[in-house]
Amino acid sequence: MTEYIIKNGNVFDPVQGIKGDKADVAIKDGKIVDKVGSGAKVIDAKGKTVMAGAVEIHAHIAGPKVNMGRIYRPEDKLFTCTPTKGMERMGGGASIPTTFKTGYEYAKMGYTTAMEAAMPPLFSRHVHEEIRDTPIIDEGAFPVFGNNWFVMEYLKNKEVENTAAYIAWLIRVTKGFAVKVVNPGGTEAWAWGLNCLSVNDPVPYFDITPAEIITGLIEANEYLGLPHSLHIHPNNLGNPGCYETTLDTLKLAEGYKAKNKFGREQVMHLTHSQFHSYGGTNWGDFESKAKEVTDYVNSHKNITIDTGNVTLDETTTMTADGPFEHHLTGLNNLKWANIDVELETGSGVVPYIYSPSISVCAIQWAIGMEIPLMMKDPMRCYITTDHPNAGPFTRYPRVIKWLMSAKAREAQVNAFKHKDKVLSQTSIGTLDREISLYELAQMTRAGPAKSLGLTSMCGGLKPGMDADVAVYNFNPDKPVANPDDIEKAFSRCAHVFKSGIEVVSNGEIVSNGHKRTLWVNAKVKDNPQVMRDINEKFLKYYSMTQANYEALGHHFVPNPYTLEVDAT
Amino acid sequence: METVTITMKNPPALYLEADTISPDTFAGKTAEQIAGLPVYEGNVHTTLGKYFDVSGNAGATAADTKIIVKGDVKKVKYIGFKMSAGDLVVENSMDQYAGGWMTGGKMLVKGSVDAFAGTAMKGGELTIEGNAGNYLGAAYRGDWRGMSGGKILVKGNAGSDIGMYMLGGEMIINGNADVHVCTHAEGGKVIIKGNAKSKIGGQMVGGTIIVFGTIDTMMPGFKPAGETEMEVDSVKGTFAHYVGDTGERKKKRKGQIIYGDLYQKV
Repeated sequence: MTEYIIKNGNVFDPVQGIKGDKADVAIKDGKIVDKVGSGAKVIDAKGKTVMAGAVEIHAHIAGPKVNMGRIYRPEDKLFTCTPTKGMERMGGGASIPTTFKTGYEYAKMGYTTAMEAAMPPLFSRHVHEEIRDTPIIDEGAFPVFGNNWFVMEYLKNKEVENTAAYIAWLIRVTKGFAVKVVNPGGTEAWAWGLNCLSVNDPVPYFDITPAEIITGLIEANEYLGLPHSLHIHPNNLGNPGCYETTLDTLKLAEGYKAKNKFGREQVMHLTHSQFHSYGGTNWGDFESKAKEVTDYVNSHKNITIDTGNVTLDETTTMTADGPFEHHLTGLNNLKWANIDVELETGSGVVPYIYSPSISVCAIQWAIGMEIPLMMKDPMRCYITTDHPNAGPFTRYPRVIKWLMSAKAREAQVNAFKHKDKVLSQTSIGTLDREISLYELAQMTRAGPAKSLGLTSMCGGLKPGMDADVAVYNFNPDKPVANPDDIEKAFSRCAHVFKSGIEVVSNGEIVSNGHKRTLWVNAKVKDNPQVMRDINEKFLKYYSMTQANYEALGHHFVPNPYTLEVDAT
Repeated sequence: METVTITMKNPPALYLEADTISPDTFAGKTAEQIAGLPVYEGNVHTTLGKYFDVSGNAGATAADTKIIVKGDVKKVKYIGFKMSAGDLVVENSMDQYAGGWMTGGKMLVKGSVDAFAGTAMKGGELTIEGNAGNYLGAAYRGDWRGMSGGKILVKGNAGSDIGMYMLGGEMIINGNADVHVCTHAEGGKVIIKGNAKSKIGGQMVGGTIIVFGTIDTMMPGFKPAGETEMEVDSVKGTFAHYVGDTGERKKKRKGQIIYGDLYQKV
């Protein structure tokens, strides 16, 4: 493989504590190395910013509900198609881009690893086919467990070991990466016409509460010692006053410590926290409770969060939280699609326009800004847009602009139609913090990599790590004349390397790389009871046989990277 | 106002996607530059000059530009795409998307148009002297934002699904309309001077449909609301009034439930 040396860049690497020093980054055989030979290809990064490839911890980028969005929103592709060009295949879509466009757009912004945030186990084959067709970036997928019949039955009887054995089996057959929970119990309750809006609302028939599901899954996750923690989308998402449910959910992690060999310290990852930090009793007195939520997270080190920033775009909401999507279509009267996944989960899809002239949307935007600005430890707070729910991931450069420039935020606040309401219902007007490039590297690289248990692989530039490197046309030594320059610089990288291969040069795709599927192989003690239960459920309830369930082989996972876990 | 005349000399074998034929794109360009504008024939990227003779230079702005399209453009789509000002005259019939997404100016088609004319139109005037195809003034596939402003006049008949998801503006059909009128509409006005078939106003929650002739089958979701004297497009008469679609969600304005209005000349 070609050796590279990226010379004289301003390097930001939290893994090694490098804060913008002029340094060289050497690449050999797909890894970062101390030095390379004199024949190495030189990349001049003078006056540029060099960081590790960014890590996406939560996005909906592959699988049946993403594809449902693509199918039922042809208008999302209207005027957004790009023809074949050089290395690039044709692509299209704004909020739900095609698989190819997804890979290209992430790479052009310097992202080299991304996690699909909700994989319905029954449709893992579909998820993996889309992951396979998404070029360049390494991807993993989180199977959803929070409404799974096995999990609810085992945890009702406090059978953590059986739950763990089931999780290990399911993650292995679906080639999953982590334990995801969406509206625990609520999506199942919805099949009975109900929902779980607090952690104590019992799930019909199963007679278990969301609190019991959450603590049981934390225990099972730590019993196995998986790379990532429980990744949770709590109950009561998106409703005024939901922050109380969020705090009740976070409190369930108290007393639990991470047990794993991957360097992960948290036992719970709260995703798209913006959607879970709402106060008020209705949309009229809707207000921010970002302070209450971040105060709690700041003082509890066993929790990490991501933001879920509203980007003020027309987008497509999609979640395994089926009842929420049904509620949303009642609010905006736009088309609604719903998917039921047998014994496992469900989902819904509704288009949404976050309009700057609607006060609720503007307040949501402000809450998304408050959370990262109020979080004291950037290693525990990561930038996401919950793509495509709060906005498309292609807006990360704009979110970065807002976070790095108080002036840009002020301009946005002033542009809102209901500016006064935004200022009275949130504290965005009092926050003058500007995220530094080092903090940005923590929030988009080292932090999410650590939370995912990938700290030895990605998110940093330490010799021995994968050579995922992004070089931005951004000179940290020069004052920023116009905040839009930040957005421009982070939109298109000067160079991006993925596992040592140059994949982006001058903002254009130059290689499709060798994308990998990251998955976790957890070994547990033989558990005949769980195997028998699985057999029985397939015979009795599933619409497919076990033989057709597993995502296996070259077709689904052509280039796997396996993280081995031994819990025997 | 400067006039550019483009004349079909070499009709395409496949359909030509000529979204560059609009006063906005032509503005400020010479005849030579206009001939070099990109178009797609099938998946082949070519230039306007391959198919059309171009004579005359455009004005400095769209408002200063008049385009006359001559010859056989039956296989040309997207003429008048997103036009915001100026004049556009198509002397014969054209294919789909006449005046699609237009926001202003005047477009006149002396022949007929195929489907999706005036898609998501926001303003301006679109006149069709022949017949219009299906989905006139409708929303793009999947979208919920149909025609929201401007005026469409069809001197002949219109196809099915006209005014689907219509939000505003006015559409007059001098002839007859096929099935599905103003499905899902939330606003706007459609006047059909001839006869209508069925599914008139299905799932509409706002807007107005006025039919001068017969309606084959009324939607069951519409209920009678008396008779009223009105003057419609300079014609005075008595109209039977129906409101609906009562099976759909109800919009409220100032605390009152509002419905879509359907009038039929008595």
